[in-house]
Amino acid sequence: MEKIVFYILSVIMIVGAIASVTSRQMLRSVIYLLFVLIGIAGIYFLIDYNFLAAVQLTVYAGGIIVLIIFSVLLVHHIEMELEVAKKSKQLVTALICLIGLSIFLYTIYSNDFKVVENTKTTTVSDIGMGLLNYEAGGFILPFEVISILLLAAIIGAIIIGKGDKLTKNEDIL
Amino acid sequence: MIAGISIYEILTLTSILFFIGIYGFITRKNLISILISLELILNASAVNFVVINKYLYPDALQGVFFSIFIIAVAAAETALAVAIIINLYRQISSVEVKDTEIMKY
Repeated sequence: MEKIVFYILSVIMIVGAIASVTSRQMLRSVIYLLFVLIGIAGIYFLIDYNFLAAVQLTVYAGGIIVLIIFSVLLVHHIEMELEVAKKSKQLVTALICLIGLSIFLYTIYSNDFKVVENTKTTTVSDIGMGLLNYEAGGFILPFEVISILLLAAIIGAIIIGKGDKLTKNEDIL
Repeated sequence: MIAGISIYEILTLTSILFFIGIYGFITRKNLISILISLELILNASAVNFVVINKYLYPDALQGVFFSIFIIAVAAAETALAVAIIINLYRQISSVEVKDTEIMKY
């Protein structure tokens, strides 16, 4: 059962990813990306990390996709077709990517992973205790650094997004 | 772990996603499309962290923490990138890569 679900998810994700990087209409490409992100949340559910799946759905599917859709709507005409790279460049890039992929797969399949059979489930409190642990191996410092980073990103996005149009208007007035 | 699925199949899937992302990153000519490809690459790497944690070190949680941090950094990066793109569009009325010259110097 899980096997079938995994294969369905991977087909959806790969088709969605290819459609997302080749579609000539901006908004459709964003929606295909949404399918990929939901598929990844499904994989998190399958390997029993429910908290991560919830974070993936809220932050990516809920937040980032909406942000990108807003920027597409602000910036593009809805029927505008994107210009694509030259055929020869596409072919060369696809070839390079295939070579890189085959090197990756060769390395992965020639490596002998020591897989530990388990059916452990991770609760949210485990993740919380690990994140707020300040003893050896704890993640309290990166946790705090990430909070500072998010604050800096919020302020930076506001300042950059505001632009200098407003100040120019004040000069005219 | 997923019953009946080995770690090799999941790593194959994430590698394919990663290289589709790289293909889009190189061939696309639009800033927002490049951002979308970047999301694909980041997601593939986050899944790798989680899968290797689950299959090889089920007692540890480091992979989960790293992918939470990756998600947080990706959210911050997307917000900043969208702000930059919209500001750029106000100034040069275009988000194509070839028109983007004013931030170079």
